[in-house]
Amino acid sequence: MSNHLLEVRNLRIEFPTRKGILTAIDDVSFHIDEGEVLGVVGESGAGKSLTGAAIIGLLEPPGRVAGGEILLEGRRIDNLPYEEMRRIRGRQIGAIFQDPLTSLNPLYTVGRQLTETIMTHTDMTPTKARERAIEMLTQVGIPAPERRVDQYPHQFSGGMRQRVVIALALCVNPRLVVADEPTTALDVSIQAQIIALLKKLCREHGTAVMLVTHDMGVIAETADRVAVMYAGRIAEIGPVKQVVKQAKHPYTEGLMGSIPMIGHTDEKLRQIEGSMPRLTNIPTGCAFNPRCPKAFDRCFRERPDTIPVDGTEVACWLFDKETANV
Amino acid sequence: MAAFILRRLAQSILVMLVVSLVAFYMFQFLGDPINQMVGIDTPLAEREALRERLGLNDPMIIRFGKFVLNAAQLDFGLSYQHKQPVVDLLMERMPATIELSFVSAIIAFFLALPAGVYTGLYRNRWSSKALLTLSLVGISIPTFLIGILFIYLFAVILGWLPSFGRGEVITLPGGWTTGLLTVSGLKAIILPATTLGLFTLTLIMRLIRAEMLEVLRTDYIKFARARGLTNRAVNFGHALKNTLVPVITVTGLLLGNLIAFAIITESVFQWPGMGRLFLQAIQEVDLPVMSAYLVMISFLFVVINLIVDILYYVVDPRLRVEKSGGGH
Repeated sequence: MSNHLLEVRNLRIEFPTRKGILTAIDDVSFHIDEGEVLGVVGESGAGKSLTGAAIIGLLEPPGRVAGGEILLEGRRIDNLPYEEMRRIRGRQIGAIFQDPLTSLNPLYTVGRQLTETIMTHTDMTPTKARERAIEMLTQVGIPAPERRVDQYPHQFSGGMRQRVVIALALCVNPRLVVADEPTTALDVSIQAQIIALLKKLCREHGTAVMLVTHDMGVIAETADRVAVMYAGRIAEIGPVKQVVKQAKHPYTEGLMGSIPMIGHTDEKLRQIEGSMPRLTNIPTGCAFNPRCPKAFDRCFRERPDTIPVDGTEVACWLFDKETANV
Repeated sequence: MAAFILRRLAQSILVMLVVSLVAFYMFQFLGDPINQMVGIDTPLAEREALRERLGLNDPMIIRFGKFVLNAAQLDFGLSYQHKQPVVDLLMERMPATIELSFVSAIIAFFLALPAGVYTGLYRNRWSSKALLTLSLVGISIPTFLIGILFIYLFAVILGWLPSFGRGEVITLPGGWTTGLLTVSGLKAIILPATTLGLFTLTLIMRLIRAEMLEVLRTDYIKFARARGLTNRAVNFGHALKNTLVPVITVTGLLLGNLIAFAIITESVFQWPGMGRLFLQAIQEVDLPVMSAYLVMISFLFVVINLIVDILYYVVDPRLRVEKSGGGH
């Protein structure tokens, strides 16, 4: 049971507001195994990034973990004191953020930011740490690393900066990296390079990745398993082949249908009608019911939990034995 | 870097010329200095002779030219009232003003820094809110009132500190007089320096707090935390350094202000500095002293600004690199 690297059980994240408590993440459970890439997809506001933030223990107040637990190698980490969580952060769980242009401190050289991270988590000497920093820059494909290590972030292009960010996230060999839309802010031409690099490095180091994105193409290429999130819950989770090729949840079907295909020129681009409900206004029953082409009466009454179906898990009443036959 | 400094120097010289013109020209309208210098019964001829001797009859442009040339050699003429070279008068009083200003700048900055960082980091604690409310008092009560309150409390009621003067002064080689080396001098500077620095303190503190709040929201701070850096490294290494650019600017300007506005504090505490000399000069229409004071103060401003500009280069690498052009 706890041989998973990371396990999230019934996670619930709340935001207290003046109008009452908003539940942003509700009863989310999943796990990531050693060296595995879990893709997390969904529309903006589905709670993907929030889940990532909770895992690295950097939820922004007033957001808080209100229920459930997060375990790293069987040890509960969601309720650790700040200082203990800090030691895990960077050391065991690395993070990569969306915008490489703003992720680096403009006033320090990339070398100093690398050595600082390395020396915080290991007892390397400054000289050793610097060697390690140059080695990391080499690994992420930065040319002339011995020279580049003493340069400031503004002297690097966007793609190069994201490589530096990856180097920073991986410099002390964490077991897991939470990559929150690592390519969204980059040029399309560079996105593929960065994803390929991340995939290659993590495979070499045996690092597991939680890859948060809304790019299904990236997921299909990179992830071992996929979790599809909708309105703060998991709609479908399973091996990438099954989720992409034989999507079960009507929402996943819709997502897959909205990927444009080369060659299908005569077809109009498909889209899912409507938009995701606001947190203050989540419908009773299944949150997807207003947009679901296949919704039936039970979907408006009861909220579905994930049900195992052919190796994946789907939160949809269509796959419940009681109603499947109706 | 050298080109940058040269450019700034050229600008500084231009600024000084303009200020000199204003200082020179403005005081042409402040009444006839001859009237102040002579008795009522001095004959007209004698007045004319004096006017001629002081060069007050030359055309404006020549008088300005002379003024600038002489000023460049630190010669501002004789004080009408004291019959002494103005430079000597100013130099005699300058150490008192400079010491007062710097001590209050140091008090202000080194109290503002921790207070600003603290209120920025822990903005929801009641102690932060108390500090902020207190800082409003510092901003809104005028300096002379604070000075009088301080005198009343610490000199009159408690009797801990002297209420006026500079205390015992030691003359250093070079003619600089300092009160910072004697006990009575140190005691004497506490009240005026605190009074003078209070406004600056609260302003810098609020600025640092605002900048900290801004910087703490940035991605690179989040990323620094995500890398597991210690709170100290994040707050002081990464966050504080990024707040410094605007803080340095304002601190520089405020230091200039401290010197210029020492006038009020000096008169409240009978501090024997340039400010008091200036106030007396105004009462006596002592033109050379007034012009020299203005030029001197603007010179200090210009120098401080130059230092501030150079400090930018030291703090922010983005300004430094134009030439080495790495990267894109």
